[in-house]
Amino acid sequence: MRLATLLASAALCVPAAADEMWISNEKDDTLSVIDIETLEVIRTIETGERPRGITFSKDFSVLYICASDSDSVQVMDPETGEILHDLPSGEDPEQFVLHPNDRHLYIANEDDAITTVVDTETRTVIAQIDVGIEPEGMAVSPDGKIAITTSETTNMAHWIDTETQELFANTLVDSRPRHAEFLKDGTELWVSSEIGGTITVFDVETQTEKAKIEFEVEGVHPDRVQPVGFELSNEDKTAFVALGPSNHVAAVNPDTYEVEDYILVGRRVWHMDFNADKTLLFTTNGVSGDVTVIDVAKREPIKTIKVGRFPWGAAFRPTN
Amino acid sequence: MIKMFRAVAALILLPGTALAEIGISVTYLQQQVARPPVLSNLDPIPDDLGSAGAKLALEDNLTTAKFLGHDYTLTVTTVSDGEDWITAARKALSDSPFLILDAPASAQLQVADLAEADGAVLFNASSPELSIREQDCRPNLLHTLPSGLMRTDALAQFLVKRRWQDLVLISGNHPQDQAFADALKRSLQKFRLDLMAEKTWVFDADLRRNAAQEVPLFTQEFGDYDVLLLADELDDFGRYVEFNTWKARPVAGSDGLKPVTWSRVVEQWGAAQMQNRFFEQSGRTMMSKDYAAWAAYRTLGEAVTRTQSDDPAVLRDYILSDEFELAGFKGRAMNFRFWNGQLRQPIPLVTDRAVVAMAPLEGFLHQRTELDTLGIDEAESQCQAFKE
Repeated sequence: MRLATLLASAALCVPAAADEMWISNEKDDTLSVIDIETLEVIRTIETGERPRGITFSKDFSVLYICASDSDSVQVMDPETGEILHDLPSGEDPEQFVLHPNDRHLYIANEDDAITTVVDTETRTVIAQIDVGIEPEGMAVSPDGKIAITTSETTNMAHWIDTETQELFANTLVDSRPRHAEFLKDGTELWVSSEIGGTITVFDVETQTEKAKIEFEVEGVHPDRVQPVGFELSNEDKTAFVALGPSNHVAAVNPDTYEVEDYILVGRRVWHMDFNADKTLLFTTNGVSGDVTVIDVAKREPIKTIKVGRFPWGAAFRPTN
Repeated sequence: MIKMFRAVAALILLPGTALAEIGISVTYLQQQVARPPVLSNLDPIPDDLGSAGAKLALEDNLTTAKFLGHDYTLTVTTVSDGEDWITAARKALSDSPFLILDAPASAQLQVADLAEADGAVLFNASSPELSIREQDCRPNLLHTLPSGLMRTDALAQFLVKRRWQDLVLISGNHPQDQAFADALKRSLQKFRLDLMAEKTWVFDADLRRNAAQEVPLFTQEFGDYDVLLLADELDDFGRYVEFNTWKARPVAGSDGLKPVTWSRVVEQWGAAQMQNRFFEQSGRTMMSKDYAAWAAYRTLGEAVTRTQSDDPAVLRDYILSDEFELAGFKGRAMNFRFWNGQLRQPIPLVTDRAVVAMAPLEGFLHQRTELDTLGIDEAESQCQAFKE
C-alpha cells in the first residue's frame, strides 16, 4: 500500500528514463547507483580506496571521486563505470567542490593541511594553499570568486580568493567544522560544526558571523546532535541538515534560522542530495549502511535502501 | 533555537596580520621512574611516551596559530633518578606557568604546592590515581588522563550490558595493580555486579614456558564465573592468562578486553587522521599517555584561541567553563568537571585488534551528561579546592 503510493509519486516527479543517485561507500571501495524510479540499487561499481566526496561535471559526462586512501581523485565515465584517469590531488583527498567554470576542482587534503586546486583539463595542480589541520568542508560562491575550506582541528573557515588562490580571511567557528555552503545568491555562508553542534551563518560581504543555528532533538543528548552535511531545497526555502549520530535530519528555515522539523533517518547520517525537481532527498547513513529517501514536501522518510558499507557521499545524475 | 550574533564572537583575521602578541610556552616535565621487571619485553615502553603526544598538539596548535598571529613552544625536561625534581620544577615554572606533568601523583603534588605554582595551570597527563582528583586535589592541577575509576566504570557498564554478572579477579601486587583492583571493585559495586572470588598473582616462574601448565590450575579454583578480570597495570603476567584459563571464559581489565584512554584501533570520528599524523611524526602508534599529553596541550591551545589571552587565570576560568569544548576524536565534545578538574571523555573498550564498544554505553543515563556515569560524580566528590 505504502510502496504503491510511493512508486506512484516517484513516477510522477521523474521523467520516463529513470534518473540515478550515486552513493560512495567508504569502507567497501565501491559506488552504489540507485534507480530513482524503483528506489533500488541497480549497479555497484568498484573505485579506488576509501571513496568519500563525489561530484559530477556540470554536463554529467564524468564523475570525480575522492579516493582518499589511494591519494587520488579518480575520473570515471558514469556510463561504463570505467576509470578514465586519475587527477593529481595531493595526499588523502576527502572532499572537493567543482568551480562554476566546470574546470577547477578545489580539493581538501585531509592529512596534509592543504587545499589543492586542480585543473581538470590539463590535469595539473595549479595551486596548493596552506590551510588549517584536517581540511574537509569545501564550497565555492555562485559567482566563483570565493572558495571556502573548513578545517576540522583548527576550527576555521578559510576564505580563498580564486583569482590569486590566496587566503584573504580566516574565521573561527565551533569545533570540528565539516561542511560549508553558500546561500541566498552567495550573500551568506553556512558552516556546520560537528562537535560544536551548530551551524554558523556568515555575512559574505564582511566575513562576519550574523547568526548561529542550534539543534535540539527530543530524547537525544546534545552531545550526539552533530551537524555535518546539508543541502538546500528549491529556492533556498528549506535547509536539510544531517545530524550525524542523532540519526535525524533537521529542516531549517533559512530566513528565520529556526528548525522546523526533525526527520528520523538511519544511523550516523552524513551527506545527502536531491532528485531532479528536489521532491526527494537521499541521505547517506554511515553506520547503518543504508540510504534514507525523504519525501521533501511531507518531510517524512519513505524508504530505506541498503547500500555498501559506510556510505558517505551522494551525487544526483539525470539520465536524459 | 537561534543564538543571534553576540559581541564577543566572530574574529576576522587577515593572514599575516598579528593581532596580539601571544606566545605560549609549555614544559613537559617528566620524572623518570624505573619500571619493575616484567615477564616479557615484547612491548617495550617508548622513550617518548607522552611527550610525543604533546609534540603533536604543539604542531596542531601552531597550525591554528599561524592564522591568528599566535605562537607556541614546547620544552621537554626529563628528570632522572639522581636529579632534583623540585629544582627542575621551579626552573620550569620560572619559564612558564603552563606545565604538563608526567610523574607519579606524589611528585605532581609537590609541584602543585610550590609557591611558584600558585596561579599556574598544570596538567596531570600520567597518573590515574583517584586521590589527586579527590581528597588531595589542587586548584592548579587539571587531569587529562582519565582516573582508573573512569576506566573500570566503562568496563563495568559493558559487563552489565552483556549480563556478565559473575566476575572473578586476579591482581598483581604492585601498588598500581592494587589501585586498579580497588577501582574495579568499586565499579562492580556501583553497577551491582558480583565479585565471586579474587586471587593475587604470586608466581615467580617464567610464564613463557609455563603458562599452559600453571594458569589452568591457578584458575581452576575459581569454579564457574562469566568473566575473569585482571589487575596488571604494569603489563607483567596478564598476557599469559587468556586462553589458558580452566574454564573457557573471556578475560578483561588490564588485558583481553581493555578500557583505555586511547589505542591505535580507535579510527572513527576523525581519529584515523590523528593516528596518521602521530605515526608520521613519531614512527609508532599513539598510546594512552600520548593522548593525555596531546589533550593537555590542545586544551590550552583551544582556550588561547577562543579567549585571545595568555593569562593563566583567564585560561583556567575558560577551560573550566561551559563554553569550553575539545574535539578529542572520541565522538563527543569533551570538557572539564568543574568540581575536580578532570577531563570528561569517552572510554574505548578495545582488544589489540578492534574497538569493541565505546563507553558511556547506551542506556547509562545521567542528568548532566552521560559522560558523568564514568568516574567520580559531583555529589560524591571529596574535592574542595575547586569550590573556592
